[in-house]
Amino acid sequence: MSKTLAPPRPTPTGRATPRGALAVRLFGERISLLVRPRTVAVCLALVLVGVLALAVTVTVGDYEISLAAVPGAILGYGERLDVFFVQGVRLPRALTAIGVGAALGIAGSVFQSLSRNALGSPDIIGFTSGAATGAVLVILVLGAGRLAVSLGAIAGGLLTAAIVYLLAMKNGVQGYRLVLVGIGVSAMLGSVRDYLLTRAELTDALGAQIWMIGSLNSRGWAEVAAVWISLAVLAPVLLALGRRLRFMELGDDTAQGLGVPIRSTQIWALAAASALTGAAIAVAGPIGFVALAAPQIARRLTRTGGTTLVGSALTGATLLVVADLVALRALAPTQLPVGVVTAVIGGSYLIWLLYTEWRGVRA
Amino acid sequence: MTTPADTGSRLNGRDLTLAYEQRVISQNLAVSIPDNSFTVIVGPNACGKSTLLRALSRTLKPAHGHVHLDGQVIGSYPAKEVARRLGLLPQTSIAPDGIGVADLVARGRFPHQGFLRQWSAQDEAVVAEAMDATGVTALADRSVDELSGGQRQRVWLAMVLAQQTPLLLLDEPTTYLDIAHQMDMLDLCADLHAERGYTLVAVLHDLNHACRYASHLIVMKEGAIVAEGDPAKVVTAELVEEVFGLPVRIIPDPETGTPMIVPVDRRGAAR
Repeated sequence: MSKTLAPPRPTPTGRATPRGALAVRLFGERISLLVRPRTVAVCLALVLVGVLALAVTVTVGDYEISLAAVPGAILGYGERLDVFFVQGVRLPRALTAIGVGAALGIAGSVFQSLSRNALGSPDIIGFTSGAATGAVLVILVLGAGRLAVSLGAIAGGLLTAAIVYLLAMKNGVQGYRLVLVGIGVSAMLGSVRDYLLTRAELTDALGAQIWMIGSLNSRGWAEVAAVWISLAVLAPVLLALGRRLRFMELGDDTAQGLGVPIRSTQIWALAAASALTGAAIAVAGPIGFVALAAPQIARRLTRTGGTTLVGSALTGATLLVVADLVALRALAPTQLPVGVVTAVIGGSYLIWLLYTEWRGVRA
Repeated sequence: MTTPADTGSRLNGRDLTLAYEQRVISQNLAVSIPDNSFTVIVGPNACGKSTLLRALSRTLKPAHGHVHLDGQVIGSYPAKEVARRLGLLPQTSIAPDGIGVADLVARGRFPHQGFLRQWSAQDEAVVAEAMDATGVTALADRSVDELSGGQRQRVWLAMVLAQQTPLLLLDEPTTYLDIAHQMDMLDLCADLHAERGYTLVAVLHDLNHACRYASHLIVMKEGAIVAEGDPAKVVTAELVEEVFGLPVRIIPDPETGTPMIVPVDRRGAAR
């Protein structure tokens, strides 16, 4: 059917640029990019909401601080109580929330991308469960302090991730196998935890339970440093792999055909995303649902095909800092564990998005 | 059986053992794809034809032996370098939810892009041309999800064309398509071969399609190549019966004169 093969003619310019994107070319084409205005707008909006939530977290509470006093307090000037609350309590807490949220969002996005499955988040594929089991073991058996608990969580998470990966591997890793094996391993680890809890002293068991919900209460600068340094090291690695990850969503063969080195991409991305998840869990406990929901929410907000790492990171950060604000203020003076709130906020928002999408309400 | 000299073949392999884990599919396989040919690989189910294509496209690493591309072991090139010389349309590809047609076709430019060069004017022109060549320009802003099977296959082909490779490997490009779209796809491939000088290698199920379109036919059985060459010279009733276990008559295709395979009516014999 040669009618489909038009004779050479000037190509219809502009038609080839993907919808919703603008071609940006600079310095005589030495730099050329596709910019999606919608994605940029969504990211800016997320930053704005996040910054607002940060401002509210720092100023509002049983002890109110005026916004004008905050910059001084950060640097250690002003009223003693202002400085104490801003420097010592609220700012590190909010910065931890943002860091942990970003880490979970970006890691969740990578896991979902690698497994080509929306359920492929660390919550489901056993990583979170492994970290929780590691932490519970440390709390109940060793009775050690927070640093040891964090290390136990990281060790448990990495070990479980390695086991799940090896069990799911056969000619490379298939997404659904990763999810199924992960669910199986999670269930087994859950029963181990339950057994440990039934054998433990009541106060220890309570401490372990609270840790397992995930919380940002009384997190200080050590936690801020831990999560932000992890982000500074690992996020660039993942962002550099981000383009390849988007191509791997087309299927292994297609990605390889396009020149993506799939095995090395898989291994590096899994390692970096696992380490990032480990850092987040070590700092704040296994806060549920951020890693699962943030990439899905980000994708629907930006309306791009496939995942967006930056969008997922910003969505995760904003989701967690807002959720933490709710956890602090909703039932004040009682503080809720933030894990409870992320599940409620993230869960209802995701269900609403899916519901409107499936009903075709989305424009 | 004539084997083209490797000098006339940019893509070839010798002494290949192809296996998935412990299951050996082919042994001592030698193959070379004649340059500027439309090579079609046929054979019964599970004869190893897709496996051979996977080896040629470096998505399967041979357990023994090497596939050579332009005189060098294919695995020794950087991944993007292979992708600038050889395009692959696999049997199954996954279109991410909600991805647009132009967006998907544009992904074919990956091997030509880098960190700073992600959407040059040349990328754009090549994508426009690839969509034009496959007749999907009018669909550019649609979502791939919304397309019919035939349209979708054209979009995937456009993506591979956007790679601008002289060699194209297609794994059962007509599967899941109805007869009209099958012919459509094959005509498109024939045009790419005849008018644009592509060297094509396709795995096909339908022998009559293979005979009509192939300039070079490779017939496989149980992992081995049992015959290859011009379909008009290679395809005989004896060969088809030997390979497929089906008694047939061969008549000239009334449209093209190429061999046409008609199964012998066995209904009387069964009684």
